[in-house]
Amino acid sequence: MHELSICQSMLSQIEAVARDNRASAVHRVKVQIGPLSGVEPQLLQQAFPIAVAGSIARDAILDIELLPIRIECQQCGGESEATANKLICGHCGHWQTRLLSGDEMLLASLELDRATNKKTATC
Amino acid sequence: MCDTCGCNITSGNRHLLQPAGKLEKTADGKSAVTVLQSLLSENDHQAMHNRQHFDKHGVLAINLMSSPGSGKTALLEATIDALADRYRIAVIEGDLETENDAERIRARGVTAIQIATGSACHLDAHMVHDALHQLNLADYDLIFIENVGNLVCPASFDLGHHHNITLLSVTEGDDKPAKYPVMFRAADLMLLTKTDLLAVLDDFDPQKAEQCLRQLANPAPMLSLSATRQQGLEAWFDWLDDAITSHRGRLEQGETVVPKIQSDGARWHAGEPAHP
Ligand SMILES: Nc1nc2c(ncn2[C@@H]2O[C@H](COP(=O)(O)OP(=O)(O)OP(=O)(O)O)[C@@H](O)[C@H]2O)c(=O)[nH]1
Ligand SMILES: [Zn+2]
Ligand SMILES: [Zn+2]
Ligand SMILES: [Zn+2]
Ligand SMILES: [Zn+2]
Repeated sequence: MHELSICQSMLSQIEAVARDNRASAVHRVKVQIGPLSGVEPQLLQQAFPIAVAGSIARDAILDIELLPIRIECQQCGGESEATANKLICGHCGHWQTRLLSGDEMLLASLELDRATNKKTATC
Repeated sequence: MCDTCGCNITSGNRHLLQPAGKLEKTADGKSAVTVLQSLLSENDHQAMHNRQHFDKHGVLAINLMSSPGSGKTALLEATIDALADRYRIAVIEGDLETENDAERIRARGVTAIQIATGSACHLDAHMVHDALHQLNLADYDLIFIENVGNLVCPASFDLGHHHNITLLSVTEGDDKPAKYPVMFRAADLMLLTKTDLLAVLDDFDPQKAEQCLRQLANPAPMLSLSATRQQGLEAWFDWLDDAITSHRGRLEQGETVVPKIQSDGARWHAGEPAHP
């Protein structure tokens, strides 16, 4: 439910990357989210245009990739996929498992237009 | 409170919003840049700084999270009454609007700093930083941060504290850990509160609540108590004694501890710039 503030925080990273790359526009923003990240993809999608309005990413498309939850069993050592409220081993059913992935919230990549003219950006 | 995406701009994160630069658009030169970084890196950074403040003064900081009304302030009142002689305690209170909780704490003779979050349904590390600069940390052993009542958002924000405690009151239902996995996965300790009411509830099973917690692969202890009827409080005080002793031991070794859920976030933090 804090998706708008996440988008705002993401925007500051996007702007930094765009600046470093002398970009003139951001076309696509790809994020990767795990179900245990505490972020609701739908809400993130809704919040994104609000957060980036008037920015270099104002016309950007937000691509959300949902990552799977993977766990490693501390009992049998096996790896398995799991769901958000059942993080028990898929092989032996033990509950003492370690999360391998599924709580990520990553700005994975940006698609940019690089400025070709000499005009320097002033932020 | 979240229906208009309430937790948007807070006094804590406002500075992250800078007016966008005016950059001229050109059609060519598309390129992809990969930047594996936590979207919450600003918060994490501030949280680390907060933890350094606490650690420098040997303070243990504990974050209390739960649904609205599950008994956070009542637990603090009972805890202060019992332990104010043993530990120097202060409380940071997160609330949407009122000073009510802070006043309840002050009535116990303990310093309480109120953070009014406005529409935001969680505390963040920047807000806590403002609050802890209103405290002389050298004067305290133990600082409780009472987070805003909400079983969703608070779990995602490291405040710079050491332990997360999630309260579940028996009137909420024993399946809450399964419904709010992100929150209950974050708990270093789960407190089952208002257990005096178990007698009049026929469908709350403490064992089922604990089972739901284990299904999240969370080994955190579960303690049952009633703050208002003073039941089960000794085990909670013992837990606190242990936590304070362990923390002092760690600090002597130059170490600290991060609350459960943030250990994964820390992996991405580290200030590394773009991965190739
Ligand atoms: N029966 C019973 N009632 C309790 C207990 N603890 C708290 N309450 C009652 O539950 C209500 C809410 O308690 P609070 O301590 O204000 O809850 P809170 O979590 O601080 O609430 P917010 O700050 O609004 O999220 C009050 O009416 C308390 O008296 C308990 O152990 N037993
Ligand atoms: Zn929220
Ligand atoms: Zn196994
Ligand atoms: Zn309260
Ligand atoms: Zn500071």
